[in-house]
This record gives sequence, structure tokens and C-alpha cells, in this order.
Amino acid sequence: MSGLDDAAIVGVFEHPTRWAPDKTQFQIHAESARGALDDAGLSIRDVDGLLSSGLSPIGIMALAEHLNLQPRYHDSTNIGGSTFVAQVLHAAAAISAGLCEVALITYGSKASSDRFAVGTGGLSGGDPPDQFEAPYGPTVMNSYAMVAQRHMHEFGTTAEQLAEVAVTIRRHASLNPVAKFRDPITVDDVLASRVVSSPLHLLDCCIITDGGGAVVVAKSDRVRDSRKEPVRILGGAEALRHTSAGKRDLLKIAAAQSGPMAMAMAGIEHADVDMCMIYDSFTITVLSTLENLGFCKLGEGGDFVSGGRIGLGGELPINTDGGGLSSNHPGMRGIFLVIEAVKQLRGECGARQVDDCSTVLCHGTGGMLGLRHSGVTLVLGRR
Amino acid sequence: MSDQTGPKIPLPRIDEESRGYWEACARGELYVQQCGDCRLLRHYPRALCPDCLSSEVQWQRCTGKGRVYTFTVVHQNQSSGFREMVPYVLAYVELDEGVRMLTNIVECKADSVKIGMPVVVRFNDFGGGVSLPHFVPVKAKRRRRSRG
Repeated sequence: MSGLDDAAIVGVFEHPTRWAPDKTQFQIHAESARGALDDAGLSIRDVDGLLSSGLSPIGIMALAEHLNLQPRYHDSTNIGGSTFVAQVLHAAAAISAGLCEVALITYGSKASSDRFAVGTGGLSGGDPPDQFEAPYGPTVMNSYAMVAQRHMHEFGTTAEQLAEVAVTIRRHASLNPVAKFRDPITVDDVLASRVVSSPLHLLDCCIITDGGGAVVVAKSDRVRDSRKEPVRILGGAEALRHTSAGKRDLLKIAAAQSGPMAMAMAGIEHADVDMCMIYDSFTITVLSTLENLGFCKLGEGGDFVSGGRIGLGGELPINTDGGGLSSNHPGMRGIFLVIEAVKQLRGECGARQVDDCSTVLCHGTGGMLGLRHSGVTLVLGRR
Repeated sequence: MSDQTGPKIPLPRIDEESRGYWEACARGELYVQQCGDCRLLRHYPRALCPDCLSSEVQWQRCTGKGRVYTFTVVHQNQSSGFREMVPYVLAYVELDEGVRMLTNIVECKADSVKIGMPVVVRFNDFGGGVSLPHFVPVKAKRRRRSRG
């Protein structure tokens, strides 16, 4: 019993666009909402909870206005790319507490057509820690690169092992008709791509696209109205990590806290997980997350991701949609982890379907891994 | 800051909690804080101890020596100042006192930087009373021939 049993995921939609200069950000939200509500067999007028992120500071009210909603529960948390994974938990908790019955989570972004520097822009924040960081030129990308460098130093992890992650996920993208990059790549291709921030090459980094998506979470007694098989929220947990007053071990990330808590709530062991959706902002993110979730020991991630283990047909397939490395990454990718997990659990994934998929673990990572980041683990299952 | 010198990077917005640190930097001195109650050594500086919330602060002057904990050679940064500076080395240095700080390793070839490499602080004046602590490799002392 998770305490979240009163809620289930009843509708999902991934916006197929990867380039949308002809649309507005809110239009992508609205089109995604329409898709997910159609998928659920519900109407926009059924929605009484609204969750979103990546908006202006109080933009949740403008989004409600755009959709002409008067929600009685709303949430515009922003902990970076993992936010939407957390918002599935927030929606389920709100529904279980009786605060709303049909929660709509939406995302829309024009990162690509607006030419927004997602990973390689500077810090501009005025929070107290920023003054000790911004003068030195940290970016999202180079904060992950410092983790990769340390991982290689401590454990002998190689560039080839990191490249395996990108190669595997590209192979999955080749099976997804809407993925942006579908041509297979090799380890040599990754190593031959230019170094963006050592030791990370261009092909170790996620792509930048436009895009959006939506998820509908509903109270169990509304679930019988839904068109598709509902997906259960078995467990979940959130965590934040930062520089810990100058003492943090960069290789111990938020997943080490949220993973065991989420799995305990779900009452599952690692062997029960049929596949994972792991936030793949960079290849090191995947390797470090799998270690910190306990799928292998700290330091063994390089071996773990090699030899086909994380590919379709392997022991633990991950990111079957092609991930942020190859399918889409509009800046905050967490919602796509949930959407693909739900489609896999319903058996809707065609050529990239995982056989007998009944338990999926999603883990979102947001922010800057080597400075401040969030981790959210969510365990989903079939009813 | 109109009197900023050097590349137009974002300089620290000095506040009530950080002023002592940056004033020391301007004098060419590096300090970390220690909690007067629970003794936690901390960087960055702040008014209250993050472990016990005590306001008892002691400033401890650092030797300025440390080692590279991790680093990256940055080849792409689209923000002004750094766009013109690439490649540059972003690093965490672990000070001999035991805390890690983000910094740049400067005055050396980027591809010569290694984890564990000994480094020493070098203050660079950016005008307007702001000096940034950067680090440079400790030059290996040339061994004197002492045969015979």
C-alpha cells in the first residue's frame, strides 16, 4: 500500500513536434492537454487540478486562464527536468487527500526554435551560492562533465563505456517514428564527435528540440470512465543534493536517497523492475543514476551499461523511446519518462515494446549534477 | 559594475553574508568559516551554521593550497565573457583545510590539468574591489644535483 492508491494515471500524450516555430508555448501545452484527455476519455471540463512547470514565476495562473480552468489544486514546482516526475506524485497525493479528482499535468517548450541555450548558457541567478560559482563559468553541461571526470578517475570508467549509453539509446530511437535522430551511431562516432566539455563529447549530450506532453492522473472511482487501462502509482520519492557546505562526494547523487525510498514504498526489489526510464541529459547521468539506484555498485556503472544489458532484449532495457539523447529534449524532459513508461505498461510501443512489461521505474534528474540537482524516482505498474 | 576590468564575466553580487569573504579576497587572503559551536568547517560562507543553525562564526585563514578534486576543460559556453574565454578549466579544488570550492585553474595549459594535482590560490583583480580566487599549479621544485 503506497498511500497513493486512490489515484492512477489514465491518460498520456507526447506531442510529436520537435520543431514548432509556428506555435506558441501555451499552444503546445493546450494541444498536449487535448491529446492526454482524449487518451483518457475525459473532457477538459472534468479537470479540477492543474500542474505544470517551466512557466514564468506565477505563470500557472496564466496557463489556467489559457485553458479557461478554475482548478481547486495547482502546483508549479520547479526543480528542473525532474519536475514532472515529481508532479505525478504531487497529483496522486492531492487526489488521495481529496484535494482534487482529475489532475492535468502539462508541458510545452520551444527551446529549439527560440534558440535557448539549455545546457551551455551561463548562470544568472542571484541566489547566495551563485556568487561563488557564476564567476567561474559553470553551465549545466560542464557541471555533469566534472562528475564524469571524477568517475573516470576513481573507477577507471572509460569514454567508450559512456558512449555505449548513447549508442544504445540511439538504437532505441531508430524504432521510434517521431524521434529526432534515428540513424544508428557507433562508439567510434561518439568518440569522434567534438569534445564540448571534457570528458563529454557532443554525442554524450542530449539534443535540444521543441516539444511538450501531458499526463492525466485521476481518482480511482473516476478511473472506470477511462478509455485505456489505468496505470498504478506504486511508489515514489524526491531528493535534492547540493555542495553540502563544501563536503559533497560528487559521485553520490540524489537517486541514492529517492530510489530506495520509492522501491520500499512500492514493495519491489531490483529484480522486479522490467525496464527503466532514466533521465539522460548526458551519458554520465544514466551511468551514475543506475549506480545510485542500486542496479549495480558504485563504480560498476561502466561495466553495467556495456554488453547490451540496457538495450531492448537486454537484462534491463532503458529509455526505449530514444531518450533525451536522441528523441527529444525541450529542456525539462521528466514528463516523457512517465509517458513512455505508461505506453510500455499498456503494451502500445510496437517495435520497441518490452515483453511482459509490468513494472517500470522512472528516475528524473534536474538541475546541475555537480552543483545542485534534484532526483525523483517513480515506480509505475499495471493494475 | 562599470569599472570592471578583464573579461565581462558575471562578478559576485556581494551581500551581507558574504562581504567578509570578498573583502578578504580583495586583500589577497582566502578564508573559510568554522562554526563556533559545532565546529563544522564550511564553504561558501553564510551567517548561520547549516548543521546546527548557530550564529557563532569564526573565520579561518586558509593556506591557499589544495588539490584538484575534479575539473573539466570547457570548450562551449554561450554566455558573454566565457564565450570569448574558451577553452577554460572549471574545477573543484579541495583546500588543505578540507572543504571544496568551485574555481578556475589558470596560467597553465588546459590539457595539463589532472585530478590530484597540487594547486595554490592566485587572486585576480577584476576592478571595483572584486578579486576572484583562481588557482594555479604548484611548480615542481627543480631537484638540485647533489651527487658527491
